Amino acid sequence: MIEAQLGRCVAAWCPGATGVTGAAKLSGGASQETWTFDIVHPDGPIGAILRRAPPGYGASPGRAAGLDAEATLMQLAHDAGLPSPRVLHVLTPEDDLGTGFIMQRVEGETIARKILRDEQFAKARPMLARQVGGIAAGIHGLDVTKLPKLRQMTSTKEIADLDREYRSFGWPRPVFELALRWLRDHDPGPSAEVTLVHGDFRHGNLIIGPDGVRAVLDWELAHLGDPMEDLGWVCVNSWRFGEIDKPVGGFGTREELFAGYEAAGRRADPERVKFWEVMGTLRWGVMCCGMMQRFRQGPDHSMERAMIGRRSSEAEIDLLRLLAPREK
Amino acid sequence: MQDEPTPVELTKAVADFLRHDITPMISGHNAFKLRVAINMLDLVTRQLTQQQGSDAAESARLAQLLGMQGSLFDLNRELADRIGKGELDLTTPGLSEHLWQTTMDKLAVDQPNYAAYKRELGSKGG
Repeated sequence: MIEAQLGRCVAAWCPGATGVTGAAKLSGGASQETWTFDIVHPDGPIGAILRRAPPGYGASPGRAAGLDAEATLMQLAHDAGLPSPRVLHVLTPEDDLGTGFIMQRVEGETIARKILRDEQFAKARPMLARQVGGIAAGIHGLDVTKLPKLRQMTSTKEIADLDREYRSFGWPRPVFELALRWLRDHDPGPSAEVTLVHGDFRHGNLIIGPDGVRAVLDWELAHLGDPMEDLGWVCVNSWRFGEIDKPVGGFGTREELFAGYEAAGRRADPERVKFWEVMGTLRWGVMCCGMMQRFRQGPDHSMERAMIGRRSSEAEIDLLRLLAPREK
Repeated sequence: MQDEPTPVELTKAVADFLRHDITPMISGHNAFKLRVAINMLDLVTRQLTQQQGSDAAESARLAQLLGMQGSLFDLNRELADRIGKGELDLTTPGLSEHLWQTTMDKLAVDQPNYAAYKRELGSKGG
């Protein structure tokens, strides 16, 4: 059914397109879905991705920027020469596909364990940290006046959000309390410069090929704030997938990340990055607790949710390694 | 008194059956889900084996740190409150050791293959 709808949709804006084939859902919760499909075209198939909230799920929850904002940000990133898919079409009510957009499909890998271990990425790995630094600088350098409407965050607000969320679970976690204390005591305050922050800049949201990063995905958590947040988040231990001595995504050093960032004309602040790494580690822990909550209360009673709930202790050990390292 | 086999023996038997007899027959997304299911049973087995000992030791440490008795939940809530208020911190004798031991005991059940856990286990010789 979706192929017929997509076929009508693409015919309206893609000259020569005669339909679509191979539509398959890649991921989807109740409110947001990602589909892959090929546009049938006389010049050969065009790989495409649909990201949408199905009809009836218009509003985006809490922290989400919204699909329209995501489309605009991806297009801005693409136009600025950053690795980002081209947005082909923003859905209209006539499409009857809900809200969202269609973008070019970029081939490559997003699964961290493959990127960190497979031979085909061996040549890319040593350059990834630097490259990721350059891309972050590009994102932070996008003209703020051209951005869609986004929520504005500060470290102080983020601490308060995490505190409230943690308390809502009603499950005592002394290590999270310790982290919240540390964050309050080390809160650097508002950053001198407020920029676009990707908000979820890590493995899973980077399409990587043997030649390096090909696309940055998932701008759902984009906001305005301290650019060092993105650099701290990409260093969170959980995104190293076992390669714990390579803080940047398990593939590189902070020095390489900062060098790439600075080569693109921006200054990194290692102290603030460390602060955001602690914040990010706690955030991941709180997200795991949220998964447990949704597993227990929500309609999605999946084993995966339950098991992510049991990953909150990994955030605790990572917080202790950051805040109370043991003498070796 | 409940009869044998024990819960641990039962969960182990199910996990072994899924791992050895069913895994080779399943592919695709269901293979992924099967792996998650096996991991889940293994976690339950570890918890059933280890929880009694680690809970007792945690209770004893908490009673010592806080100077009070109570259920494990209440003691943890009290510790969390006092850390939150700043009444206890990393300079408090025994606090860091307690948080570390408690966290290591959780990882031993939740994710004994987590790299940071294995590193800490190695550096302290267990």
